Amino acid sequence: MEDGYTTADGRKIGAVVMEMKNITLRFGGVVAIKDISFDIREGEIRAIIGPNGAGKSSMLNVISGFYVPQEGEVWFHGAPRPQLRPYQVAQQGIARTFQNIALFEGMSVLDNVMTGRLTQMKSGLFAQAFWKGKAEAEETANREVAERIIDFLEIQSIRKTPVGRLPYGLKKRVELARALAAEPKLLLLDEPMAGMNVEEKEDMSRFILDVNDEFGTTIALIEHDMGVVMDLSDRVVVMDYGKKIGDGTPEEVRSNQDVIDAYLGVSHD
Amino acid sequence: MSDQFLYAIEVTMNGLMAGVLYALVALGFVLIYKASGIFNYAQGVMALFAAMTLVGIMDGQVPFSHLINAAFGTKVHHFGWHVPALAAILLTVGVMVALAWMVQRFVMRHLVNQEPIILFMATIGLAYFLEGLSDLMWGSEIKKLDVGLPQGGSLWIEDMTSGLGSDNFYGFFIDNLDIVAAIVAVLLVLALMAFSNYTKEGRALRAVADDHQAALSVGISLDFIWVLVWSVAGFVALVAGIMWGTKSGVQFSLSLIALKALPVLMLGGFTSIPGAIVGGLIIGVGEKLFEFALGPMLGGATENWFAYVLALLFLVFRPQGLFGEKIIERV
Repeated sequence: MEDGYTTADGRKIGAVVMEMKNITLRFGGVVAIKDISFDIREGEIRAIIGPNGAGKSSMLNVISGFYVPQEGEVWFHGAPRPQLRPYQVAQQGIARTFQNIALFEGMSVLDNVMTGRLTQMKSGLFAQAFWKGKAEAEETANREVAERIIDFLEIQSIRKTPVGRLPYGLKKRVELARALAAEPKLLLLDEPMAGMNVEEKEDMSRFILDVNDEFGTTIALIEHDMGVVMDLSDRVVVMDYGKKIGDGTPEEVRSNQDVIDAYLGVSHD
Repeated sequence: MSDQFLYAIEVTMNGLMAGVLYALVALGFVLIYKASGIFNYAQGVMALFAAMTLVGIMDGQVPFSHLINAAFGTKVHHFGWHVPALAAILLTVGVMVALAWMVQRFVMRHLVNQEPIILFMATIGLAYFLEGLSDLMWGSEIKKLDVGLPQGGSLWIEDMTSGLGSDNFYGFFIDNLDIVAAIVAVLLVLALMAFSNYTKEGRALRAVADDHQAALSVGISLDFIWVLVWSVAGFVALVAGIMWGTKSGVQFSLSLIALKALPVLMLGGFTSIPGAIVGGLIIGVGEKLFEFALGPMLGGATENWFAYVLALLFLVFRPQGLFGEKIIERV
């Protein structure tokens, strides 16, 4: 387990990329996350599940720097990460999507995806403005990556459409495209299938698996639909009322009595 | 050609030139609005502050001299040197960048994710603060600004065109300063459009205007973008301040040009840089021609209200302006 493991379908999972150590997050008197530890390994699809209000989104916000935990450490690539602002976390190669979709509504799909490349652009202001040499080559290279991802997610037909006009399911896909454009080391998906119908959920599941397969992207995702998660993920963390109640492969988690209680409800007497 | 027709052409040309000056002010508004969704009420005062600072630096005035003299019983007023125009302009740009940083650090940073109306209120406060600050720093008397721009009617154009009409027609009268202003405005707009459309900072800027949270998630630093935007707006304010200050002296009323920029924005749309220019030109030409053609019948001084009536009509029939982004709302 130290250097990784091999999944049931034969994929090699590598070393630990990110490790959460005893994270506690409070909002005033409310404890959103209580002393939780878990790790995410290279190349795996790691799910965080739990009923509503379990603290899943808070956990994702801690990883992406939107929330600062009161206690505990976030380790990234084998070293404790100093307290970073969200944009600095993004610059380290951690991309994310949002539960309620945060896209640039006034910009086209292509422009949205291109913003995902911002962290990769290095040439200076004047070189870009006057479109010369290296800057031009860089823009072309970035454009190629963006177009490849647009093809991959099958959204070519809406490349030039302003995002504000798109239906919900497609917006979710554009948001995924933008996150992928950063070529992230770790991709965080906050309820990628929330509010979708069965067909859209299947599409999205397929894309998530393809992304992991094709680009080898490490993915951490949040979902409260147990069924979807069990099919998708390699390992699952289960949260309930801010505490970790289970951690392991889908099979292990499914047979865990605490998890069954949390999902089905149990009388406390 | 009849003299009447030639006069109409001259009025049109002067209207275009005046329009360029309106557009310069409107540009500053568009920049900040595009980048942060804030209508910056302080833009006019920023032009005043920039012009005051420029004059103050050129004349070697001691900033806050009244305050210093009152506190220490001294009698300092001037350092006794004169700074060349170009150096003074560069120094003033530095001051405007410092101002941008302070606005970001002490005002905007604390208002992330607030309603636009709250940010707007903050800029009203900023306007009054800046107005007081420029008085306190440089005094409130009317000052003359001369950075070496040519002024007065262009003799060359007069000579070239004097043969067109009858003996009573002396050629077109066009102020050299207006010509310079037009050239500067064109260069400024080209540079700004290149910046906004072809640089990663430009793309980041549009992203920030659209959604703060999403911008953070793709690695954009809000702090940096806002300092950048307020700096650019400060620079545009300086250019507008130089042009208007040279034309009519640096004084409090300079800050009121912001009011003239409002109808320009309603015509051009709050989000369009070319819109600010075209809007400015339409207002400039429109009000001059209207005064020329109908002013005498309506008792004159139509220039005072023409722009606002035009803006009102636009608000009714095309609220997003000529070039503004169409407002799309999915329901």
